[in-house]
Amino acid sequence: MKVNLKVWRQKNNKAQGALKDYAVDGVNPDMSFLEMIDVLNEQLISKNEEPVAFDHDCREGICGMCSMYINGRAHGPLHGTTTCQLYMRHFKDGETIYVEPWRSKAFPVVKDLTVDRSAFDRIIAAGGYVGVNTGQAQDANTIPVEKENAEKAMDAAACIGCGACVAACPNSSAMLFVSAKISHLALFPQGQPERKRRAINMVDQMDEEGFGNCTNIGACEAECPKEIKLTNIARMNRDYLTATLIEE
Amino acid sequence: MAELNSKIPDGPLGEKWNYYKEHAKLVNPSNKRKLEVIVVGTGLAGASAAATLAELGYRVKAFCFQDSPRRAHSIAAQGGINAAKNYKNDGDSVFRLFYDTVKGGDFRAREANVHRLAEVSVNIIDQCVAQGVPFAREYGGLLDNRSFGGAQVSRTFYARGQTGQQLLLGAYQALERQVGLGNVKMYSRHEMVELVVIDGKARGIIARDLVSGELEKHFGHAVLLCTGGYGNVFYLSTNAMGSNVTAAWKAHKKGAYFGNPCYTQIHPTCIPVTGEYQSKLTLMSESLRNDGRVWVPKSREDAKAIREGKKRAEDIKEEDRDYYLERKYPSFGNLCPRDIASRAAKEACDDGRGIVASGFGVFLDFGDAIKRLGIDVVKARYGELFPMYQNITNEDPLKTPMKIYPAVHYTMGGLWVDYELMTSIPGCYSLGEANFSDHGANRLGASALMQGLADGYFVIPYTVGNYLADEIFTKEIPTDHPAFVEAEKTARERMTGLLNTKGTKSAEQFHKELGKIMWEYCGMARTEEGLTKALGLLKDLRESFWKEVRVMGEFNEFNPELDKAGRVADFIELGELMVLDALKRNESCGGHFRVEYQDGGEAKRDDENYRYVAAWEYKGVGVEPVLHKEALNYENIKLQVRSYK
Repeated sequence: MKVNLKVWRQKNNKAQGALKDYAVDGVNPDMSFLEMIDVLNEQLISKNEEPVAFDHDCREGICGMCSMYINGRAHGPLHGTTTCQLYMRHFKDGETIYVEPWRSKAFPVVKDLTVDRSAFDRIIAAGGYVGVNTGQAQDANTIPVEKENAEKAMDAAACIGCGACVAACPNSSAMLFVSAKISHLALFPQGQPERKRRAINMVDQMDEEGFGNCTNIGACEAECPKEIKLTNIARMNRDYLTATLIEE
Repeated sequence: MAELNSKIPDGPLGEKWNYYKEHAKLVNPSNKRKLEVIVVGTGLAGASAAATLAELGYRVKAFCFQDSPRRAHSIAAQGGINAAKNYKNDGDSVFRLFYDTVKGGDFRAREANVHRLAEVSVNIIDQCVAQGVPFAREYGGLLDNRSFGGAQVSRTFYARGQTGQQLLLGAYQALERQVGLGNVKMYSRHEMVELVVIDGKARGIIARDLVSGELEKHFGHAVLLCTGGYGNVFYLSTNAMGSNVTAAWKAHKKGAYFGNPCYTQIHPTCIPVTGEYQSKLTLMSESLRNDGRVWVPKSREDAKAIREGKKRAEDIKEEDRDYYLERKYPSFGNLCPRDIASRAAKEACDDGRGIVASGFGVFLDFGDAIKRLGIDVVKARYGELFPMYQNITNEDPLKTPMKIYPAVHYTMGGLWVDYELMTSIPGCYSLGEANFSDHGANRLGASALMQGLADGYFVIPYTVGNYLADEIFTKEIPTDHPAFVEAEKTARERMTGLLNTKGTKSAEQFHKELGKIMWEYCGMARTEEGLTKALGLLKDLRESFWKEVRVMGEFNEFNPELDKAGRVADFIELGELMVLDALKRNESCGGHFRVEYQDGGEAKRDDENYRYVAAWEYKGVGVEPVLHKEALNYENIKLQVRSYK
């Protein structure tokens, strides 16, 4: 099959970017979307043109590095899927496909389709952990955890930190990401001692990074490749509210 | 020639590590603040080491080439992590885990290291649970375990099919906590491109800021290389696209010996190759073999009919199927270790009984499990794996058997380290998959996560202190020191060399060629003839690379093509060393199978002549390296033929 691409090209953070047209021929329906971009890049190199810069690593949907905005959707048309796990059989022969980077003030473009998501690391550094040093732990089975809670915590912990939630949100809100970590730890006994300060510190850092607010649109949940639920945001808001009230 | 000293402490096996800890030198807290440690790589080993050393009070600088430390490839590990907790009351113990690991490694690992690994395995689970790692639990609220990869006890802890992800996030969060506290300075999108050695000791690195392209000089009293394995030398592997040997290779070129480079693990259950465009191979967790049965048709005619699409798996009657693992290894069956299952798949396909178009694929069938347990139980048990398979292949494994074939997955070889995890360069350490130490010639399932975290959380904090205690008077060396300047120049010249070659072929094309040579001659079955041929092919490839490579873009910018070209150049050199090592090891053991040395298809070790670690010393590009041998002494277990029959 053949596809016509319109790819965002931007030399660096300071340069102006624009969509550029490319045609890729000989696409196999069993290729992943990124393998199709590999083919494009090989074409470009053979013509002495610069290949498209894009983030990718594991190519099995878990590292969270790939991040393409395809036809107006974070990670493309397929629900619950990262860009690397999107296959060309989901596109039509001759289709025109728009490929853009994540768009958010808090995710500045590095080059072409690559953005800087270090804001997420800073939010975790602000409180997304249990403050336990190595060597301090008691025997693992002295902390029983209700199975339902463990499952819910795991659902939230499955977040891969790709930033699709931010890219999909008209407000560029990072609340799904932040609340997934807050929920994961709030559902465990180990997370209780720091629960309140964690909520305050992470939310404050999120605001400082320039992410927008949540207005209950739900695009984040719809586009999340790991299907992280909106209820996490409710839990975060509850924790944040409780924490700020008690702080007074 | 430097003598290889593994520095194994005296005393009975079970007391060595305690004895070591009780006698290792300590660094007082006010001195720890003056000591800087560089950690390269932020996977399980690197992140856990960086966090723990910072908690102890050292000043830590951590580097990763990804955009965030959370993306290191440990994240992709699916199955689980072993620990000798014996929570199941099924007879597990530290000794059994130790024994299984040494045996699984085909008696090519160091007893003392492996025993220490088994000892600290229990602490790892405690630590991870305290961090909030969401391991699977039973209704009583306590931790669940499963049997995994060739073990007869249930000692594997897991978090759905995402154990690596959850363990890494635990370590990453501990690391970010230290970043927030100002104890770790994190350098994401940075790649180590040179090791700096001053007066025989590792004193820093040259790192490239991958965004600006600039080269930076970083001083450290010690350097920890936690940079993972080199499976991508085969081009197609289950590793992430960015996984590379560059940091370890630079250390090797500066004097760190490379241990057992030919020991490669080929994982039996991966999705088969479908075409030239393929960029990586996807692993399907080994846990699938708990319920899945591996088979090919008994007759070549049936296999051919399936390959040509004239028959389907369902058309082959029960009595016409060859469940070859159950037939050959009745006591372990489908659960036999990875090297054995992989080789058996190759044997069946070489016999003309492969079932995918290319001829290289076998069935993994859940039909019986679905009959026995019901479709819902099977679905719940392999929740995220079946949809993943279906997404990639467009086939539903609940309706038709999976198609699998072995793929390169893990490298047991790596930088040679002593008991303290120090390489042959004082002050330069190597942790996790990057070192050669604990898995011998074959790694058992769920042991990689265990080793990465053991090294980072529980071993290095003691052993690096033992070294740094003597470094408290070493002042920070200014980075205008000639050794830094020289290392920076070497790195710059190599990269500008790549940019200025302006040939006709992309780095990707060279990488694919390299992969084909390695897979053909240094893959699942190796021969003297093939390996000798490969040496010539690799030399030609190396020479043509430096004449023909085309790297677009510039030096001082974000340039993933330049990063890739540098890594491919190092992989080619490493490939030559792997082939040489495989050629010189005239025996078969674990993942290293030499066709000339077998007993009816089973690996035939030669304990008399090859019971050693091969540690290679670099002597220059294209110059034959020098082999140092570390004898492996087994004082606590008896060497035997590894049988899973």
